Amino acid sequence: MATFTLPRNSTIGEGRTFKAPPGATRVKTFRIYRWDPDRGDNPRLDSYEVDLDSCGPMVLDALIKIKNEIDSTLTFRRSCREGICGSCAMNIDGLNTLACLKPIEDVKGDVRIYPLPHMPVIKDLVPDLRQAYAQYRSIEPWLKADTPPPPDEERRQSKEERARLDGLWECILCFCCSTSCPSYWWNGDRYLGPAVLMAAYRWIADSRDEYTGERLDALEDPFRLYRCHTIMNCTRTCPKGLNPAQAIAKIKQLMVERQG
Amino acid sequence: MSASTGPRSLRTPLGRVRGLGSAKAGTRHWWLQRVTSLALLPLMLWFVVAALSLVGADYAEVRAFVAAPLHAVLLLLLIGALFHHMAAGLQVVAEDYIRHEALRLGTILLIKAACVLLAAIAAFSVLRVAFT
Repeated sequence: MATFTLPRNSTIGEGRTFKAPPGATRVKTFRIYRWDPDRGDNPRLDSYEVDLDSCGPMVLDALIKIKNEIDSTLTFRRSCREGICGSCAMNIDGLNTLACLKPIEDVKGDVRIYPLPHMPVIKDLVPDLRQAYAQYRSIEPWLKADTPPPPDEERRQSKEERARLDGLWECILCFCCSTSCPSYWWNGDRYLGPAVLMAAYRWIADSRDEYTGERLDALEDPFRLYRCHTIMNCTRTCPKGLNPAQAIAKIKQLMVERQG
Repeated sequence: MSASTGPRSLRTPLGRVRGLGSAKAGTRHWWLQRVTSLALLPLMLWFVVAALSLVGADYAEVRAFVAAPLHAVLLLLLIGALFHHMAAGLQVVAEDYIRHEALRLGTILLIKAACVLLAAIAAFSVLRVAFT
């Protein structure tokens, strides 16, 4: 059965508290999930009191400040700090989002930070995304066409055809959506999840691609596609404001359409 | 399958994800679930109104109501759509939550058998009232 409670080695204990420096006036507490694979004990929540007067505005600024100034063992992914690389995806204040795009002042009370839900944890806030990346690879996210491109020219597309890709190509594969989806939690080994299904639809919707039918064939499966029950967590959580639920609905629509 | 998909397997993530390939099915199940839900809206509404109109009626009156051709046909349609929808919906629940392959398959067979049985009993009852 799907498990609704945490296994015993995953229950979270209380960790250490790092006090704010004396004299700090604007103090915010960050309660952060910690787990170290080398220690063999259960995960814990460490509390870091951060002086916001000497900290940037985003949650990622606070994480970097903690790592630089308070506790260098805190582990997380980050790269571009401007919402385009997707590295710092995590669960902040109960919602999956990018730490670099989440203003600290949007969070009332303590800032609770966990890794992306229901993925294996490598360390602290770093989830294991190998399966999600393999699922992305499995939908063959590249242009497939038998007609060779015109000599010395690109494959052409009308403005309307190009416009159909808007809202799809902007996905940065942070997997906030897939890891917010209960269906992906229970059946993530077989269900492709919203991020990958939207990527698949991005190529199905591309007028230059000639493998639409094969792409639909590969998706037509009770688990790969039809585990989507329009829960809509994906659209609610997307830090880029995209709509994976709609992309999935359009795939289903095409499935019905081609049945005649 | 489970032996080669477990966390200890050395199979590549891509090999695991591709697995047994696509079933090339599921659209019909999904579509019929929507169609039956749509059909059930007017059928259920009619059934509730009909049931309310029979409040206080005696046995003979209810029998006569069910035996009327239009009512009998509507009841049969209601039974068909209802139990098809029930089986489809419960199957989805089983697929969502039961991880063990054999247990899932067994549960789905059980769900379908129960729904077919109930639908047959209900349809037979209507027909018997209609034809006697």
